Amino acid sequence: MTPAKNTDNRPAGKDPMQHRAGAPRLTAEGLTLAYDERVIAEDLSVAIPDGSFTVIVGPNACGKSTLLRALSRMLRPTAGSVLLDGQAIGSLPAKKAARILGLLPQTSVAPDGITVADLVARGRYPHQGLLRQWSRDDERIVDESMAATAVGDLADRYVDELSGGQRQRVWIAMALAQQTPLLLLDEPTTYLDIQHQIEILDLCADLHEQQGRTLVAVLHDLNHAARYATHLIALRDGKVVAEGAPRDIVTADLVERVFGLRCQVIGDPETGTPLVVPTARRTRTAGAAPVAVSG
Amino acid sequence: MRGSVLRSRGGLSVRLDTRAAGVVLLLAVLAAALAVALIGTGDYPMSPGEVLSTLTGGGTAAQEFIVNDVRLPRVLVGLLVGAALGIAGAVFQSVSRNPLGSPDVIGLGQGAAAGALTVIVLFHGGTYAVTGGAFAGALVTGTAVYLLAWKRGIHGYRLVLVGIGAAAVLGAVNGYLLTRADYVDAARAVVWLTGSLDGRDWTQVWPLLITCAVLVPLVLGRGRALRMIELGDDAAYALGVRVERTRLVLMSAAVLLTAAATAAAGPVAFVALTAPQLARRLTRSAGPNLLAAACMGAALLVGADWAAQRLFGDRLLPAGVVTGMLGGGYLLWLLVTERKAGRI
Repeated sequence: MTPAKNTDNRPAGKDPMQHRAGAPRLTAEGLTLAYDERVIAEDLSVAIPDGSFTVIVGPNACGKSTLLRALSRMLRPTAGSVLLDGQAIGSLPAKKAARILGLLPQTSVAPDGITVADLVARGRYPHQGLLRQWSRDDERIVDESMAATAVGDLADRYVDELSGGQRQRVWIAMALAQQTPLLLLDEPTTYLDIQHQIEILDLCADLHEQQGRTLVAVLHDLNHAARYATHLIALRDGKVVAEGAPRDIVTADLVERVFGLRCQVIGDPETGTPLVVPTARRTRTAGAAPVAVSG
Repeated sequence: MRGSVLRSRGGLSVRLDTRAAGVVLLLAVLAAALAVALIGTGDYPMSPGEVLSTLTGGGTAAQEFIVNDVRLPRVLVGLLVGAALGIAGAVFQSVSRNPLGSPDVIGLGQGAAAGALTVIVLFHGGTYAVTGGAFAGALVTGTAVYLLAWKRGIHGYRLVLVGIGAAAVLGAVNGYLLTRADYVDAARAVVWLTGSLDGRDWTQVWPLLITCAVLVPLVLGRGRALRMIELGDDAAYALGVRVERTRLVLMSAAVLLTAAATAAAGPVAFVALTAPQLARRLTRSAGPNLLAAACMGAALLVGADWAAQRLFGDRLLPAGVVTGMLGGGYLLWLLVTERKAGRI
């Protein structure tokens, strides 16, 4: 009797079948990533926890954008594979993959004379066909996506008349309209002013918390990453140096190992998350410079 | 959301941009009206009523001969060449994301001319051989430009620059061939080079009609994917478009359409460049506007041929001269007025 009861109470995660069902939807195993002859990463494996807001950080040319391109099937790995729901992502039909996994690319082109509503509506493409061009669902989801990103009022404006922050929200609305449980964002805050950077990151956090989407973003700013990510992946030279919750892994030692930057890590006064403060050079400390000028 | 939507109970839905559909309809009617006017124009003038009744089998023997054997094939060639160039231009401009990325700018016209001139000057070939030479020339040029411009995919500026380079080289070859030609061949060559519908008959209609019947639906069927590619390769790929394959199919179709059109009527200036731009400004809709560009091309070319005969009173003035003047003038006017309105 007792052993049977034990079996029933066994935590679901330990059962091999259950574990398989509980495996993350998006994983990469043993990736070699290269552009032509130039190898960016070798034997790189990552798993994106379901329901996480994962942020990939690392110095320039560490392979973070390349990894994101591989995860989003833009780049075919030279070796290894990216698995989406246990299947090699490259073997999935293009439209099917596009219904599960969306990408906000670093550079997109808004065609001349396209309106906000028209651009956002294009996010519905993977759900449409020649005979199913514009269903009521399409219409509702486009409206909801514009509302979620607060661009509903701009629906009839031309995209090229908008500010950078508004434009980025429109592109995010398009990616939302694709209605994918997984959404990848390649440096979504690049080229934006600080207030728009925060606005976009707050929007991403809302999408993650309120809509339960799994987000994967590449970010340049380590402090933004530490504040917003639930899961952080730190890359250097195509290798994962550390991964986990920012509170657990962001230390002065890690920052030095990944970025080669000496710093202090303190608590963010707003959120309590790690805040990286770079070490100042000696000449700038203790009022040395003014003394030198007056002398 | 612009336009209207037709939905069936079974969950099928078709989206119609009302303005774009209206423009397509209007341009198609205009092209047809110009075609009827063109058939009625010449040494033996006929009223539109006479033309229509002859076309439906109610004319005299003389009228039937003039309409069915002489003028109808010429007009059909005009309509088909215009439509083929219009839609091919729309595809190229969309793929290269550049209004200059049209077949005449990226060297297809020069390639066709090189093929035709080679046949005329070096082999003194007949009409069919010249047509074949032009077709082959455009095809070889299109393939070469695609291959030379390919670098991990086709990118707009590369395509346009490589195409301009190819056009320059081929222009030099054509100049050389012309200087080598004797007087008679040179005269033939120059007439061919201007682009004309003069003397076109049913033997030119059929191959062109078959090419269009196969390729135009193929291109239209990929129009939705092409709209996505305009967002950038990455965005299109993320939306589930097989970007390289779609682009290869569309560009091959556009090269074949251009080659067939140029082989039939010579390198008619400016239609492929202007028609998509004019169409887009009329529909005011982002995207390649493929069908509107095709109808605009047909109307433009037939209108140019009609104008060449009617306004300038010269049966021998080639349509290509007028398309340049009409299309180019209209485009300039549009650009100037739009600049005043604050939108380029």
